[in-house]
Amino acid sequence: MVLSAETIVIRNADVYPVTGAAMMGVTVILQDGKIAEIGAKLLPPKGARIIEGKGLRVYPGMIDSGTELGLSEVSSTRETVDTGEIGEFMPQLRALSAVNPESEHFGVVRVNGITSVMTYPASGGGGGRGGGGSQHISGQAALIHTDGWTWEDMAVDRSAAMHLIFPSLGGRGGRGGGMAPDAILDMIPGAAGAAGFTAAKRTYDAQVAKIVAFFDEARQYQKERAANAPGFKRDLKLEAMIPVLEGKVPLAVSASRASVIHDAIAFAEKQKVKIVILQPRDIAKVGAELKAKNIPVILGRVLALPDTEDSPYDEAFTQPAEAYKAGVKFAFGTFNNEFVRNLPYQAATAVGFGLPYDEALKAVTINAAQIWGHGNEIGSVEKGKVADLIVTTGDPLEITTQVKYLFIKGKEVPLVNKQTRLYEKYMSRQ
Amino acid sequence: MKLSIRQYVFAACFAAAPLCAQTYVIKNATVMTVSKGTFKGSILVKDGKIAEVGEKVMEPAGAKVIDASNQYVIPGIIDCHSHIAGDGGINEGSISVSSMVDIKDIINPEDIAIYRALAGGVTTANILHGSANAIGGRTLPLKMRWGKDAQGMIFEGATPGIKFALGENPKRAGNPTGRAINGQAQQGRYPATRMGVEDVIREAFNNAKIYKAEWDAYAAKKTGIPPRKDLQMEALKEVLEGKRFVHAHSYRADEILMLLRIADDYGFKIRTLQHVLEGYKVAKEIAAHGAGASTFSDWWSYKMEAFDAIPYNAAIMQKKGVVVSLNSDDAELMRHLNSEAGKAIKYGGVSETEALAMVTLNPAKQLGIDNRVGSIEVGKDADLVIYDKFPLSDYAKVQKVLIDGTVYFDRDNEVSGRPGKAAEKQKMIDKEKQNQPRTQGGRGGRGGQ
Repeated sequence: MVLSAETIVIRNADVYPVTGAAMMGVTVILQDGKIAEIGAKLLPPKGARIIEGKGLRVYPGMIDSGTELGLSEVSSTRETVDTGEIGEFMPQLRALSAVNPESEHFGVVRVNGITSVMTYPASGGGGGRGGGGSQHISGQAALIHTDGWTWEDMAVDRSAAMHLIFPSLGGRGGRGGGMAPDAILDMIPGAAGAAGFTAAKRTYDAQVAKIVAFFDEARQYQKERAANAPGFKRDLKLEAMIPVLEGKVPLAVSASRASVIHDAIAFAEKQKVKIVILQPRDIAKVGAELKAKNIPVILGRVLALPDTEDSPYDEAFTQPAEAYKAGVKFAFGTFNNEFVRNLPYQAATAVGFGLPYDEALKAVTINAAQIWGHGNEIGSVEKGKVADLIVTTGDPLEITTQVKYLFIKGKEVPLVNKQTRLYEKYMSRQ
Repeated sequence: MKLSIRQYVFAACFAAAPLCAQTYVIKNATVMTVSKGTFKGSILVKDGKIAEVGEKVMEPAGAKVIDASNQYVIPGIIDCHSHIAGDGGINEGSISVSSMVDIKDIINPEDIAIYRALAGGVTTANILHGSANAIGGRTLPLKMRWGKDAQGMIFEGATPGIKFALGENPKRAGNPTGRAINGQAQQGRYPATRMGVEDVIREAFNNAKIYKAEWDAYAAKKTGIPPRKDLQMEALKEVLEGKRFVHAHSYRADEILMLLRIADDYGFKIRTLQHVLEGYKVAKEIAAHGAGASTFSDWWSYKMEAFDAIPYNAAIMQKKGVVVSLNSDDAELMRHLNSEAGKAIKYGGVSETEALAMVTLNPAKQLGIDNRVGSIEVGKDADLVIYDKFPLSDYAKVQKVLIDGTVYFDRDNEVSGRPGKAAEKQKMIDKEKQNQPRTQGGRGGRGGQ
């Protein structure tokens, strides 16, 4: 890790660590890229740069658990999009090495306080391109900082998750509000697809069987590799699956409907792999099961339309509160590069519709860090952690709050980007 | 009886039925009037209009009191760019000038998006034709009077509009490399470039001027055979006469300027530039022309022409003298335009009132309906939204929405009515299940099982 040479002292600020009670009017010292000290009467180390924090607040930098940042620049222009590779099972692909550190998106999301993101080889929802209808494993998602000279420099975890797109039953993945309720669709021949529900179910089962077969193949490979069987040949695809099979890397599973989530959980149990569910819907229906099996989820966009025409208008707004009530551990993902900067406002909507405020804040900071296995390094303001901090004028989930300073690995990153530059330029036009 | 999903949904949502306009006193609220400041006070609503606004108002006998202590009241939100309440097809893109078609003919009053918009505080929406062609179809504003028929939704007396579109969308259909069937590049529909888009609009107005001259000449002498009526030209003639507003989908500064100059040359006005994401680059020219600008708060990067979009766009244009509104163009975004307005405070630092005006009074001005709606003033339509918290924030939730003095959305009723609706739905499902034929075989393919 490239560390910041500068020692920075933020003094007289109100610190909201997220993992503990707020500390008013204290000093935070950032040294060697880490949070060196937090306390009431600390003397600034020699040569340290002092930032006056009176009236300002310190929070951990926020983390978006669902993006394609660095891989997709202009979502409708193929040449600028590197998500959604061809191939059904592509575990060997790594999002990290396709991250363009100079993407304009990084600067844009930083000004709103986002210091880390999960970036996926195909998020499977909105934004760039999904990996085609038939893709099952899109590759390895990386946890990255939103600043750095190179992708290596940006990496927090080069393989934070393996992305599995679980088949969706009947192809009704999207939201739009036009569809009838499942209970009704399932009764109408032809409603769940041209060939009817029975056929849709058959297709679904066949796809699940394919995934099982691939895992079996990987498991067989793992055995042969361990045994160094005669004639064993290294296979990059299957090799990439070993950390998943060993439980070292979780499967991030895109699965939205309750029945599919249930199947995904059963699949993971059978395969003895760790999973995180991405963009679940129907939390009320599967919450108990997720809680019982200790499976975390990444909630998709809160500001979203209901799934079906007769769902309550606020169905998506209340999903986080439902997850909380069920005791499910969750973080937020925006799943669209364009809206990553609105991550905190999605959390605010969840608060408006019943989620306790502290839980919303955790869901964009420490919960995300923990779910992706880096809770000891990032996601809260604590001594010894990586100095990913924001200094704000107020509550970071409130739209009108401004981020005044942002630090990544202890380095202050200027809050300018393409958009602030254009703003300055054209405001000054006479 | 075959179960109709649409009828069921409609009936279920309509169960919290709007009553006829009654007298209301909304008390103890923080009233954000937009035009006359923000204060703690009350509003008297009578005969569908705002009858009194002040720290204290009269409480006529029989008036229903809505206690809005610790709550906020704002004027009904107006979305200057929406495609809801259509029958799904809003793009007559087969030709480059489709000014003969009219959104009015395809209003679907049962579109659930209307109810959802209402639940997000929207009381009026400008329903536009799509952006597939340089000159699109005719448009009109609707009030979100959920439960009324198509005619009952129409904003009475509002000046109708017409959609124009510049840039990537209208030229896409003409792009010979963009469409291929069986590997064969298709003969594209003209135009394929921004140059062609300009030409299509100029040709259309050249024709419209000739058409208008024929009719003017006929009107002057009132004898002989009248010219042949041309429905395509009629709408453009109305534009030239100032009887129909032009709402022009646009992105880049060059094309915005191009359209303003066409309008100057042919002697008509662009009423609003829609999206106008690079409007900040030519704010001076937009202000000089007198066009309104209706933009997104922070959308960007979804296509090449949106790559220079900046969230400061609204603030810059506003500071340079343009009447700016924030719109949705989206059935979801439409539901939280209140917090979209908050972004104008964050990006560019406009005041709370100016930000709120961007989703109320300013779009009303742009649509020429500010004598009726857009602010909380005596004599205006009682289109009001009550929020539980400061409304320019995502923490805020809509509690009640009134249109013409009638409560069309009430969150308490909505929530308390859910178990009843769920039970009713289950009953209908059970009934339908009973009606299903016993044998399932033979449904899937030939021969059965």
